[in-house]
Amino acid sequence: MKSVLDIRNLTIALPKGSDRPHAVENVSLSVGAGEIVCLVGESGSGKSVIAHTVMGLLAGALKPVGGEILLEGEDVLKVDEARLRELRCTRMSMIFQEPMTALNPVMTCGDQIDEVLRTHTSIDAPTRKKKIIAILERVHMPDPERLYASYPHQLSGGQRQRIMIAMALILEPVLLIADEPTTALDVTTQAQILELIRDIQRERGTGVLFITHDFGVVSEIADRVAVLRLGNLVELGPTEEVLRRPQHAYSRMLISSVPSMTPKHRDRDTAAIVVLRTDGLGKTYGGSSFFQKSRPVRAADDVSIEVRRGEALGIVGESGSGKSTVARCIARLIDPTEGRIYLGGDEVGWLSSRVLRKHRRRIQIVFQDPYRSLNPRRTVVESVIEGPMNYGVSRKEATERAKSLFEIVRLDPRALDRYPHQFSGGQRQRICIARALAMEPELLIADEAVSALDVSVQAQVLQLLDDIRDKLKLAMLFITHDLRVAAQVCETIAVMQKGKVVEYGLVADVFNTPKHVYTQELLKAAPGKGWDFAAFAPA
Amino acid sequence: MTATADEPVEIDVAASSAAAVKKVGLFGRLARNQSVAIGAVLVGLMILIGLLAPLLGATDPTAISPAARNLKPGVERNIFTPAGEQVTRTFWMGSDSLGRDIYSRVLYGARISLIIGVTVAALSVAIGLVIGLIAGYIRWTDGPIMRVMDGMMAIPGILLAIGLVSVWGAGLVTVIFAIVVPDIPRVVRLVRSVVLSIREEPYVEAAISVGTPVPLIMFRHILPNTIAPLIVQGTFICASAMLVEATLSFLGIGIPPDVPTWGNIMSEGRSYFRIHPHMILFPGIFLAVTVLAVNMLGDGLRDTLDPRLSKRI
Amino acid sequence: MLATIPVLGMVAIFVFLMLRLTPGDPAAVIAGDNANAEQVAQIRAKLGLDEPLVSQFVIWITKMVQGDFGESFFFKKTVAELISQRIEPTLSLALCTLVLAVAIAVPLGVLAAHRHGSWIDRFVMGFSVFGFSIPVFVVGYLLIYVFAIELGLVPVQGYSRIAGGFGSFIERLILPSITLAVIYIALIARITRASVIEILGEDYIRTARAKGLSNRVVLMRHALRNAAVPIITVIGIGIALLIGGVVVTESVYNIPGLGRLVVDAVLARDYPVIQVVILMFSFVYVLINLVIDLAYSFFDPRIRY
Repeated sequence: MKSVLDIRNLTIALPKGSDRPHAVENVSLSVGAGEIVCLVGESGSGKSVIAHTVMGLLAGALKPVGGEILLEGEDVLKVDEARLRELRCTRMSMIFQEPMTALNPVMTCGDQIDEVLRTHTSIDAPTRKKKIIAILERVHMPDPERLYASYPHQLSGGQRQRIMIAMALILEPVLLIADEPTTALDVTTQAQILELIRDIQRERGTGVLFITHDFGVVSEIADRVAVLRLGNLVELGPTEEVLRRPQHAYSRMLISSVPSMTPKHRDRDTAAIVVLRTDGLGKTYGGSSFFQKSRPVRAADDVSIEVRRGEALGIVGESGSGKSTVARCIARLIDPTEGRIYLGGDEVGWLSSRVLRKHRRRIQIVFQDPYRSLNPRRTVVESVIEGPMNYGVSRKEATERAKSLFEIVRLDPRALDRYPHQFSGGQRQRICIARALAMEPELLIADEAVSALDVSVQAQVLQLLDDIRDKLKLAMLFITHDLRVAAQVCETIAVMQKGKVVEYGLVADVFNTPKHVYTQELLKAAPGKGWDFAAFAPA
Repeated sequence: MTATADEPVEIDVAASSAAAVKKVGLFGRLARNQSVAIGAVLVGLMILIGLLAPLLGATDPTAISPAARNLKPGVERNIFTPAGEQVTRTFWMGSDSLGRDIYSRVLYGARISLIIGVTVAALSVAIGLVIGLIAGYIRWTDGPIMRVMDGMMAIPGILLAIGLVSVWGAGLVTVIFAIVVPDIPRVVRLVRSVVLSIREEPYVEAAISVGTPVPLIMFRHILPNTIAPLIVQGTFICASAMLVEATLSFLGIGIPPDVPTWGNIMSEGRSYFRIHPHMILFPGIFLAVTVLAVNMLGDGLRDTLDPRLSKRI
Repeated sequence: MLATIPVLGMVAIFVFLMLRLTPGDPAAVIAGDNANAEQVAQIRAKLGLDEPLVSQFVIWITKMVQGDFGESFFFKKTVAELISQRIEPTLSLALCTLVLAVAIAVPLGVLAAHRHGSWIDRFVMGFSVFGFSIPVFVVGYLLIYVFAIELGLVPVQGYSRIAGGFGSFIERLILPSITLAVIYIALIARITRASVIEILGEDYIRTARAKGLSNRVVLMRHALRNAAVPIITVIGIGIALLIGGVVVTESVYNIPGLGRLVVDAVLARDYPVIQVVILMFSFVYVLINLVIDLAYSFFDPRIRY
């Protein structure tokens, strides 16, 4: 196979004072015509740096200091700026992670694609337009004529990514670099975009360098996989070979960290008391006020769920499904507009904030973003003891409790006096769990609590939550968009779509015999459903 | 930074390097910032000039001597002191139409300008902070308060000050208040926007869910975030207050003319400008340098304390 | 857009209250120090100062809306007449300054952003700090001294109506406009630079570069157009600075405009004039910003009304 991209011994220096000297060290990698190579790694592995270097889009502080990048034999590290501009979009193209921000908001989509043609070709206007309409059709955009004149904000994330793909491929480059192109998208959209990339790439024989952190995506589209760890290439081989028999311990660990789609069997204590029950819970935003009229949005609609002691209920759904709204209503961070919330025997959904304070400690919540969940100006011990001290525990006693909680979440109690920025994302999430546990809650809500974490760290935090639940017999409400996570953590699961619970039942039942069309779609779209990664074998 | 292994020991490595970064932190960055350094030195110099005016050869800035009117800079004259003695004096910056020594007036003028700048900044920040916190945290007050603030902002600052001075009458206190009033809505908006954005932070929501009462949340989690932007804003208010005072005095509607302020000295120099430009030049230079120093200090503080704000303007 | 109405109402209330809430008798304040009791009583009756505050306001605002701005005590003319005489110089000065400032500041700011960190960037930033720090009247006198007195290129002071010939009109307007433009240039150049720098860091700029566009196209077509909204916003907010500057500049250059009028009125304690001029400037300020708000949708298709 002819290789279109040949990266040889590439080394890229980090600025002085970084935690390591090189962002990328001595990496060699090739992409053949018509081949998809996935570059996999966790955050900070240098995978995006490689992608940007090939395009010549590297940010100022990073400098390639060794090796070569051959695009059809031409070293792009050596060519001048003008030649580089010529190559972009004609020989190599790139699509990015954030379709929401990757398009210029003040130019129409057609105009933005047209710009590529105007810059690189001398085709006349009517032909250009015909070509653009044709490619829009090719990326399955409905009504291309209308889309030509649309602005990006009028399109959904998936549609914008299609526009990006159309723009990248209109001049039929030999190489497409895709930098996490589906990470920001919902799972059903992701499946469509992956399919589109694979189809067009096969049809035109384009070589694709696909950056991702998700082994599910890898198993769906990659011909070969390269695993990157802290700037070093630790493994490179055909996809199936790597997924079945990873050679390097790191790849092995990464792959085995991916939660399985097969629900974990858990014994249920059917006599366990119901800790949380909602009855017709609803939240409507907006509506008319004195000055403005807006259409009311029903973010959550008639949600009735229950969680027993020692059990976890998963709420899954795509963005905008209302799953977080439900969690925030139950935690009373926002006020529900309909229905009731029972905590034990007490109705807490309509309590005034004064009365509510008494019950606050019984429900605790862990948020998605570990970097914003702790006050950066306060030591972590201050954050952990804040709650108990609100309820009259002395500082000394609360600090003692914080120490023992740190051991439970497997952090060094000596680190209690440090500030949040001195901890990694996974560690911060453990601190947040400790803070929640310090209140001795009856219900712990995890609102996408592991979504922002790398897969290996995610596995550890999930394990920790599991242990805590068993030990303390906590009831848990687990909000996630990731079916794999839900399958491993929960006993029961509620699938939400447009504010409504469309399917609700035991995890095994929902996964094995989904009844609602939407659930079926979700399960079908889950990337890598054909693989059981932890078992290094197809499912 | 990613934890790859499940071991508590790992923190120490990460922590020690991160702690080192933090320690270079604030003071290191402040000292290294050129704007802060130059601004601080110049402001310090002006404060010293104001404080030490009598030691720097300044005499009574209000003493008039009919024998030494409208002198050019550097001219020597024999004049009578109020005690009746005859002395020889060099008028380094010349004298004005009443024979007052401009050098002395300029030096003493530094006092008034700095007092006005600092007082206006402190008052408007204090008042704006309280109103802003109320608007940002007590939902129902937000609408009415912000409508009033919008109305105040809609009157160009100098005009509002002119209007207030015209009713209240000229004088140090009224001028200070007249400058404070137009600045309040700007502080209120700033504080409110910080409160509104910090209120959405997960760490504040976490504090709510562990049962922290609202006043404590304000004090512990929200107020500290307003300090940096307020210091920066306060510095800019200080600079603009000195300019506005000078402008009002220059127009003859600020501090009473016998008080030596830079604006007043220039106001008196207006009529003689063609022949004696120094009457405007010297106080003008002092005023510009002081305001420049405070502005540089503000720019530098903003870049180091509050990088988010520096993106906005 | 509807929010403009409460703002205008608020402004009217402030201007109205400014005089009524003064410590002491407003009628005495208006009448001045030399007035006798009879004159004070006359003024009190004329302004309806014995009525409750609310009905006073209703009477006052009704008159204002009808165009009855009252009479000047000092100039012995109706306020409407005074203003109509004084509006041309102020308008000419403001417009000339606006055009001058935008024409200089925007390119300067874009250049500084493009060459972020270079000497030109530092020059623009340095100039803008200077511009904010030097009082308008000092700039004015410096320019007069150099260009009018020493070099004799332009007349020293005064104003010539546009009807009296464009040459002498512009000759007398150019120095005041430059004077007033300094602070405005500082403001606009600074925000242009900051916005363009911020936008150059956006994802879609990376996309534009990935398309193989040249730096110039990226800067002008992609960055500047996206920076337009913050830039025109600041131009609008800066009108307040411009109005404050007009008051000073007209005094320095002896231009018989509204700014001069308000200063003379304050010195003469001519309250009807002060009130109306403040009210008028504020309304103009609010309305300009309303127009700018409406113009947003032209620059940014995401904004719709």
